[in-house]
Amino acid sequence: MNITRTSRIAGFAAIVAVSTLALSACAANEGAAPQPTSTLTGALVGAGASSQGAAQEAWTAAFQTTNPGVTITYDPSGSGAGRKTFISGGSDFAGSDSYLNDEELASTFAACAAGTTAFEVPAYISPIAVIFNVDGVTELNLDAATIAKIYTGAITKWNDAAIVAMNPDAKLPDLAITPVHRSDDSGTSKNFSDYLFQNAKADWAIEKPADTFPFQTGEGAKGTSGVVDAVTNGVGTIGYADASKAGKLGIAKLKVGNDFVMYTPEAAAAVVAESTPVDGRAAGDMAIKINRTTTDSTHYPLVLVSYLMGCNEYAKAGVAENVKAYFAYILSPEGQATAASAAGSAPLATKMADEALAVVNAIK
Amino acid sequence: MHAAPSATRPRSRQRPGDVLFSGAALAAGILILVALAAVTIFLVAQALPAFTANPADVSKDGRGFWSFVIPLVFGTIWAAALALLIALPLSIGIALFISHYAPRRVAVTLGYIVDLLAAVPSVVFGLWGITVLAPAMQPVYVWLVDNLGWIPLFAGPVSGTGRTVLTVAIVLAVMILPIITALSREVFLQTPRLHEEAALALGATRWEMIRMAVLPFGRPGLISATMLGLGRALGETMAVAMVLSPSVIISFALLTSQNPTTIAANIALNFPEASGIGVNVLIATGLVLFLITLLVNSLARFIINRRKEFSGAN
Repeated sequence: MNITRTSRIAGFAAIVAVSTLALSACAANEGAAPQPTSTLTGALVGAGASSQGAAQEAWTAAFQTTNPGVTITYDPSGSGAGRKTFISGGSDFAGSDSYLNDEELASTFAACAAGTTAFEVPAYISPIAVIFNVDGVTELNLDAATIAKIYTGAITKWNDAAIVAMNPDAKLPDLAITPVHRSDDSGTSKNFSDYLFQNAKADWAIEKPADTFPFQTGEGAKGTSGVVDAVTNGVGTIGYADASKAGKLGIAKLKVGNDFVMYTPEAAAAVVAESTPVDGRAAGDMAIKINRTTTDSTHYPLVLVSYLMGCNEYAKAGVAENVKAYFAYILSPEGQATAASAAGSAPLATKMADEALAVVNAIK
Repeated sequence: MHAAPSATRPRSRQRPGDVLFSGAALAAGILILVALAAVTIFLVAQALPAFTANPADVSKDGRGFWSFVIPLVFGTIWAAALALLIALPLSIGIALFISHYAPRRVAVTLGYIVDLLAAVPSVVFGLWGITVLAPAMQPVYVWLVDNLGWIPLFAGPVSGTGRTVLTVAIVLAVMILPIITALSREVFLQTPRLHEEAALALGATRWEMIRMAVLPFGRPGLISATMLGLGRALGETMAVAMVLSPSVIISFALLTSQNPTTIAANIALNFPEASGIGVNVLIATGLVLFLITLLVNSLARFIINRRKEFSGAN
């Protein structure tokens, strides 16, 4: 018996598009390059908060232009991981959305000289905006209790009496509210949760805010961009995100005292500048307890403060000078302006920046 | 064409090329085992602390590892099963169209297009899912909940963004479609011409011929194609992480905001900020996923081996 089999093998056409890149020779550097006068050399390794990632990139680029001998790498591995890496000596400095807790403070910092501890200074302030997408509504006033009820599912409709009472002029539809939160762990969630707890303890019973969103209500979305996308593409959605990423979405005004306050970089910096330091901290430890319950209408209390952490005294020679120079640049008005344009952060208030600079200048 | 081996062939001298090639092939075979072993050892070693740690540290509700991982296992299998449910009939249809219905030129073009779909990175599918598919499906979901809400699968409240497990299942279905289609097509094309002609000669219509000759012959191949697709759906990470609105729950509702998430997506979402025992817990869930895929593949192989004799390929 003769069986013939038709075996057709589909050929995969690998289309290799060879695009001839006209490698036009880069013309001679236009303009006079700034003459580097720095004599610093070495490598700095940092790790930590992803919120600082974009700012760190901009800072690194600018700093390395004027200090060509220094190479800085920042791994945005997350606040917790960054603190851990720094404590174990795996990095020269850390960025973190939370200040060091007591347990971490008591540990031995491997990168620091024996018997010395670490410092932490605020370096990056980012206002968090409450964004919403409701047809026909462009302005919205909310207080913490209402936001808490929306996020816990106690308020489910846009025309709920509590929202209408604060927005008498808005045309609020009979539409379900879809609250969107971060599905990944984030300092933004932690600060949002802390703000709600401080201002509306009865409706938001989360005493210890964490990076994970605490409830199983509403929708989760990945990353700031995910939340913004979900709110933009959804119907009757509300979310929270770094203010600089809010785009064209409506942004709610938050109730502070008796007024409703729109976020501004100045208002965000102001609330941080006038907050009190955390109790029982050593000199040079600028951990801040953000005054979320402020009643001053020039303040915007829903902010994220990200810190820089380093050693007061480095064990390895040559690191201190580099850290000092890099941190001084970050805290300078130029450094803060760089972050503001690159990452949309709020520049530190002058007084606070000066205080932080004094700490940094004391690095040995 | 099978050339009958000549009985008098002398044992050939081992040439350097033979030695080299058999050595290389052996090394390749061993290498894959070593890689698998390395992954297994890593997973087990890193996962162990999660099993032995204090349950209070492992999960937020303090009920330990298993209460954390079981909803994730459910979500993984649920999303993959839904995707398969959508993709399998479509794939068989496309494959049969290409192999038995379409004119040759159309078949070739369509084949290329389906193969092209396999080359799209999952991130791109994810972006398409959140920016195009989810908003487009949302009104459909509203209608389903309003009109068919009495069916538990379509129970409300409806998601306001459309980023539900059903949307994820559709995205996954599109992703596994090419692999199932390509393999089924090849298998269907292998059907012995004589079987087909015999069926037609007995008066069968084209559909009856496919049912009598093509499908029974292709069944084992179809099963392995399905399992390969299922494997991809089970392990798919980025598209799920981007599209789904996740919760750690067990729920059969397809259209709500709280959806069971998958193991892979959960790892992708939480690993960047995880520290301490949290890392071990996530790796332990990875081990569970590893075991699930291993189980699925073994099952597929078992089914194929068992049915080999009845496949009609003799």
